[in-house]
Amino acid sequence: MAGNPFPLNKQQLLQAYRTMRTIREFEERLHVDFSRGDIPGFVHLYAGEEAAGTGIMMHLGDGDRIASTHRGHGHCIAKGVDPMAMMKEIYGRKGGSCEGKGGSMHIADLSKGMMGANGILGAGAPLVCGAALAAKYRKKGEVAISFVGDGASNQGTFLESLNLAAVWNLPAIFVVENNGYAESTSRDYGVAVDSYVDRAAGFGLPGVTVDGTDFFAVYEAAGEIIKRAREGGGPSLLECKMVRFHGHFEGDAQTYRASGEIDDIRSNKDCLKKFAAAVTAAGVVTADELKAIDHEVLGLIERAVVDAKAAPLPTLADLTTDVYVKY
Amino acid sequence: MARKISMKQAINEALDQEMARDPTVIMMGEDIVGGAGGNGEMDAWGGVLGVTKGLYAKHGDRLLDTPLSESAYIGAAIGAAACGMRPVAELMFVDFMGVCFDQIFNQAAKFKYMFGGKAETPVVIRAMCGGGFRAAAQHSQMLTPLFTHIPGLKVVCPSTPYDTKGLLVQSIRDNDPVIFLEHKNLYGLEGEVPEGLYTIPFGEAHVVREGKTASIVTYGMMVHRSLEAAAALAKDGIECEVIDLRTLSPLDIDTVLDSVTKTGHLVCVDEANPRCSIACDVSAQVAQRAFGALKGPIEMVTAPHAPVPFSPVLEDAYIPGALQIAAAVKRTLAGGRH
Repeated sequence: MAGNPFPLNKQQLLQAYRTMRTIREFEERLHVDFSRGDIPGFVHLYAGEEAAGTGIMMHLGDGDRIASTHRGHGHCIAKGVDPMAMMKEIYGRKGGSCEGKGGSMHIADLSKGMMGANGILGAGAPLVCGAALAAKYRKKGEVAISFVGDGASNQGTFLESLNLAAVWNLPAIFVVENNGYAESTSRDYGVAVDSYVDRAAGFGLPGVTVDGTDFFAVYEAAGEIIKRAREGGGPSLLECKMVRFHGHFEGDAQTYRASGEIDDIRSNKDCLKKFAAAVTAAGVVTADELKAIDHEVLGLIERAVVDAKAAPLPTLADLTTDVYVKY
Repeated sequence: MARKISMKQAINEALDQEMARDPTVIMMGEDIVGGAGGNGEMDAWGGVLGVTKGLYAKHGDRLLDTPLSESAYIGAAIGAAACGMRPVAELMFVDFMGVCFDQIFNQAAKFKYMFGGKAETPVVIRAMCGGGFRAAAQHSQMLTPLFTHIPGLKVVCPSTPYDTKGLLVQSIRDNDPVIFLEHKNLYGLEGEVPEGLYTIPFGEAHVVREGKTASIVTYGMMVHRSLEAAAALAKDGIECEVIDLRTLSPLDIDTVLDSVTKTGHLVCVDEANPRCSIACDVSAQVAQRAFGALKGPIEMVTAPHAPVPFSPVLEDAYIPGALQIAAAVKRTLAGGRH
């Protein structure tokens, strides 16, 4: 067997692949089930973006916090939130991650350090400053990571948080997931600078841009800035340039995209295909081993949907519980 | 007799003693220490009106001066609360909540419910409220109803140094997000305050003056204006019961209903603007739940539906006074069914 040219051992590579594949199948299944009318509300899919969330989260433990976005399923799965409970949540059932009270845009699991998907764009960045501040007081080397899209990178909350994290020297990391679109609006229309590294520099933060469809590029860049944050070196910004396979939300006809664009990114910028090609070409992992994971994951997602549909609905008694700890 | 201290000192003492008791209590806000990063005195201000003066010397880096960046640091307080700390954030003037309201009403207020009961956010957001400082439209509002409207928030507005200390200690220990509003015109008010720690439970109104002719229900600085009115009316043989709500969410409506059942007359006094105010809320609940006990129309005394003016002559006319309250009591008595 050839030597392993990757910064991860075989088990870790299989784990990374399993996480990305789980996200992909979770999202593709939701795409189908939503179009059938099985799922209520708004759903924003992470398919195509898996390498970013996974490459970053591989460096984190439960004590490290993240705050996610409206497009949060991938972050949740990569951070260790149970996909079975997530599916129940998206179906609005009891036993869901939030007992059916949050839905797709609010999945959280604080025991896993997942501080919530968020329906308010940019709102997670100040929360992450607080999580990083708490980590700083605890002195265990924990970090906190805020995810925003290229659209929400224009929010005042995000920009103020860059400054606060810098002046307080917080173990905070700001990840800009640049998929080229703020809803239907081109990233280049809404952001005046070409590079988020320049924007970070304006706030006194180091920044780095990586190809977000390349798992290994994300993994290595994230590893460096997370290590720096853990050691007291302060906050950083990481821009992941990536692609969105689906619309802003499910049901988006995406007429704002060029014809052939989606076919092109699915053929040429699929992070899972790129990962599989790299690890099999190096001879570290076989195609059969990846196929076995694909098969297992499909089974898991099928079970998650069956379980979710069979799970009890919330009752009227749940309507006004958990508004307060005590009132 | 217990020693007397000002409301400002009561706040300082509550913060000091809670920080000494619980290492997870931290504070953040603009100039709460003062002088950060400069070449002059550290702890130069202790807040714009000196409320937190001296705490830095005792508790060091658990007090954090912030940039002028309310969205970021109020959000950071909320995030830290969700991660095991008990932050007390100072918003300085409640009027500034407009720039960070999302973090308060979409984040802190909703975590518990939205996450299926699995999150707690024990954050306190302190802010000065109220008029009388000649500080004009953007530094003088009450805004209390904006917060009571939001499920998930608790809202406190004390009227005395004693209540201030007990309610602030309760707020810090409480596991829900608390908006703690300090009327800036009461900062100098002195009253008896025990030296040790104590708490006052939320949702318990205080009957400040007993009476059987009419019930005046109020909070904050208006408690003192209402007591003035009650003292004047007593000279005419009109005995008013004055109820200080103390916490606006939760609201102790039972104490109000008991009082109105006894007196048959209700006057709600609120320094906030009239539409959808605390006065409206109390009036509606009494009309709904104790209609049969009412012997006259419910009266409301509030600020007008206008911004707070600057010119002292206008501001004095803007803030409800004892004469208006007394007149309202007389109106409900005159308009009564006999």
